[in-house]
Order: sequence, then structure tokens, then C-alpha cells
Amino acid sequence: MSKPFTPRLTEPFVFTGSPGRRTLAFLGACLLLWGCLALSSVGCGKKEAHSGVCIAGSTSVQPFAEKLAEFYMHQHPEVRVDVQGGGSSAGIFAAEQGAADLGASSRELAPSEKNLIEIPIAYDGIAIIVNKQNPLNNLTVNQIRQIFQGDIDNWSQFNLKPHPIHLITREEGSGTRNAFEEMVMSKNAEISPIALVQDSNGSVREIVADDPYAIGYISMGLVDSRVKAVSVDGVAPTRENIKNHEYKLVRRFLLVARELRPGPCRDFVNFVLSAKGQSLLESEGLVGVED
Amino acid sequence: MKKELFIERVLLFLALSSIGALVTITVFIFWEGIPLIASAGLKNFLLSSHWAPTRGHFGILAMIISSVFVTLGALILGVPLGLACAITLAEFAPERVKILLKPTLELLAGIPSVVYGFLGVVWLVPLIRDYLGGPGLSLLAGSVILGIMILPTVISISIDALSAVPDLYRDGSIALGATNWQTVHRVVLPAASSGIITAIILGMGRAIGETMAVIMVAGNALKIPTSVLDPVRTLTANIALELGYASGRHREALFATGIVLFVIIMILNLTASAITRRR
Repeated sequence: MSKPFTPRLTEPFVFTGSPGRRTLAFLGACLLLWGCLALSSVGCGKKEAHSGVCIAGSTSVQPFAEKLAEFYMHQHPEVRVDVQGGGSSAGIFAAEQGAADLGASSRELAPSEKNLIEIPIAYDGIAIIVNKQNPLNNLTVNQIRQIFQGDIDNWSQFNLKPHPIHLITREEGSGTRNAFEEMVMSKNAEISPIALVQDSNGSVREIVADDPYAIGYISMGLVDSRVKAVSVDGVAPTRENIKNHEYKLVRRFLLVARELRPGPCRDFVNFVLSAKGQSLLESEGLVGVED
Repeated sequence: MKKELFIERVLLFLALSSIGALVTITVFIFWEGIPLIASAGLKNFLLSSHWAPTRGHFGILAMIISSVFVTLGALILGVPLGLACAITLAEFAPERVKILLKPTLELLAGIPSVVYGFLGVVWLVPLIRDYLGGPGLSLLAGSVILGIMILPTVISISIDALSAVPDLYRDGSIALGATNWQTVHRVVLPAASSGIITAIILGMGRAIGETMAVIMVAGNALKIPTSVLDPVRTLTANIALELGYASGRHREALFATGIVLFVIIMILNLTASAITRRR
């Protein structure tokens, strides 16, 4: 099938002598690229910050901040609002250092961070979710702790069909996990190492929707019809119950800043706290801070 | 002549900067990770399985064990398949089949790992959960997905190794009255063995280093696995999962995890090149 290889000896190998223009151009391009790489800086640099607002921090806040930024930039085309993730701690750190104008946090500030201005922008409930097929409707905070600690490890302990409980948790350092640990687990109660670990609210929900024996916790704004959010201590996770502080598992979303001088940054914060900004957050499933 | 010299210099500079990048990465990983290993103690770091970095526990034993098991599982599934495929393609397959199969295999290498992970989550994980039990996201799911992912590496390097065996060997064996299979099994495979071992080791490196697909299908739990249906977290998954939020000592601990991974992969690569050089 394949042709035998015949070396073409008659054609002499021609060496073109000095390197052509194309080679030089190619090498020049390589050098240029190198220079660009070396010179370019990452993130929102100081220069950019003057013409816009840079927000960095919690990935729980990020999708909501992006919605707000999108709407705000539509209304004020001259302002650029940059939203970056990185986590609550990174966001607070960035705000402290001035690397970002605003830090977004889904946890409360530590005493050492209290020198920052904190602006609560919304409440977010943490919903305990189970599969649709699970008949369970209510859990006490105590039971939730025992489940996630691994002390209660079988659904038979709730008079359900005996089957091991599949725990789904978030990764260490996540804002949602942090809030859950603070509100549900006590100081020396750790989440069981058997628990499956997922790196986003979405994938926790995905697994719980698929697995009839799973239990997990996600931000209330992200609960949808494919999973069931159980009541905690007899209180259903609804907007009203969060507003009147009946539902226990609630955290605040904060924006933090080193200073709030008049300018685009302050205007943006005012927009977030305005009726329009708050209703945007509410339409995304959060609960506004203003009554 | 001046132009010639100029080009040589520029090429040297570009080459050095790529090596420089490599050196920088290495130095950076060690620089960031060593302080934690020093303060937590190498023994506590490597031989404890209690990982709660925000509470000051930095044991990665469970992850080391999980990485090893997931990789072994991938090899158990992937190597026989890959080797069989390579032997078929290099020794038995008619030209037309080869023309069809080789590009297909190369395509397999081009599929992004997130796609493998996604397929694993929607197809393999429910299958395991429904028919074998457990949460589905498991050591087994990770091994199966990785087993498929290492196929292109194992197959292409094995084919090269088999093709490098001179036809004289085959002709000699056939002339002595051996069948085709006897020839492959007794003559060609032993002659290509070092290349095949290299293929396996490189496949192993690929399996240990894979991150995205494993995060999606292996469940990432922190326990030392006791069954193939247990969820596990590998070293790479640990870094990728937590790096986004980590700060301070937690971040250092993730870099330290990177050091362990770096050392493991270095050992694998050095072994592979040592075996190749021995020939």
C-alpha cells in the first residue's frame, strides 16, 4: 500500500546563506511578545481605579455584584465597574491594601479588620437542602449539626427508609461553609471527613437534585424547584422569615472599603443601597437590608 | 555574518527565558510551601490525615493515598486497553483500519478534561450510584475517567516503541516457525519493553496531574478510602478546590501540597527518562 521511500538524491540541498527577512520578522515578533508579557501587569491596577470601581472578594457575592455592576454601567456608560472573585478574605485584604476600591465579603469582619468601613448590602439565608423524594420537612439546628458531624449517619434515625446519609459540603475557606460552620457547628464540631466536597453552590445543588440520600447547604437565593429546602427549628426559609429574623441561618453580605470619598465608588455604593439596587438584589433571591 | 550572530543571540535569549519560567515556578512553589512544612513538621504533614487548614491541621496523608489509588486504578483500566490497542494498530491492523483509528485516538487526546469530567458526572456517576451503591462520586469513577484519559498517551508512545523494533526481528521469528501472536508476544514486546514502560510511566504522570475531571467525579472527601466506592480527594484536587479562598497558612499548605506533587512527578519523569536512556 504505502509507497517505498526513495531518497531524492538528484536534488541537492540548497542552503540559502544568510537568514531571510521572514526569520528576522518572526524572531522580532517573539521578542515583542516577550516584552509585552514582561511589562503587562495583572488585575485592576491603580490607573484603572480612577476611572472606575474595582470590587474584589467573595464568590458568593460575585454573581450579585456582577448583576449590579452590569445594570449600573448600563445607566452610567462612563463608569467602569470591575467585579472579581477571590474569596471574602482576599477581598477584605484587597480593600485594606487599596488594591480594590471595594471588598465583597460574605462573612463578618474579624476584630482586626474592624478599621474598615462596612456596608451591609443584603441578607442571604443558608438553606438546608435534600432531594425532592426525601419526605423530611423539618430539622433542628442540633440535628443538622449531628448530621454534618457524622453522629447521625443513617436516614433510619428519622424513621425513613434505612440508607446511609450522603453529606455534601463546601470546600474549606468558602464563605458559605464559613457561615454554615459559624451558625450550625460549634467550636469543636468539625464537618465529617466522609462528606463529599464540592466547590460551588451550583454543584452541591446538582448532586442533591440527583441523589435521593443526599443533604447539603447552599445560599438561599440559589434554591430551585429541583431540590427541597427543609425548615430549620420549624421555620421555613422564606423571604419573610429572614426579614423578621425568625429563620436562624442567615448571613450578611458586606461591601468593605478603606475610605468612601465622593467619587464613582461612593456613587456605586449609594446605587446598591437605593431602592433600585435593593430590588435588583431581591429579584436575584436575596433579602434587602432596607425595610 | 552579523545577522547570523544576532539571530543566535535572540534564540538563546528566548530559550533561556522559557527555562527561566520553569525555574521561577519551581523556586516559587518551594519558597511558598517550605515554611509551612517546616513549622508543621514533615511528619505531621505527610503522615497525618487530619486536614482542617483553617483550624490549624495540615495532614495530607489521605490525599496522597487517594492520589496513588486513583492513579493505580486508572493504570489497571487504561494500560491493558491501551497496550492492546497499540499492538493491534502497530502489528495486526490493515492499513485502512489504521488510517481510521489513529486520528480518532489523537482526537481523544484533544478533548478538554472538563468534558471528560462532565460526561463522568452525568453518565458514570449515576450508574455507579444506582448499580453499585455509595454516593457515586468515588474512587472508582475517578479511576475510570482517568483510565480513559491516559489512553492516548499510553497508545501513542507504545506504538512508537513497537514500530521502532526492526522488521528483522519479526522476519527471523516468523522464519523460525512462530505464529504472528508468538512473534508479538515473545519477540516484539520484549524488544519494545522499555518504550512501553515509559508509556506507562508517562500515563501515570498524566493521571496524577489531572485535576478538573477528578474534582468533578471523585467526590473530594477527606477520608482515607476503604472501598472503591468511597469518595476521595487527590492532591491536585485539593489545591484547585481550595486555592480560590485560601490565605495565610492555608495558602502555604496548598503550595506545600504542590511540592509533594512536584516531587512525585519529578520522580516519575526521571524514572521514565532513565529507562529510556538505558536502551
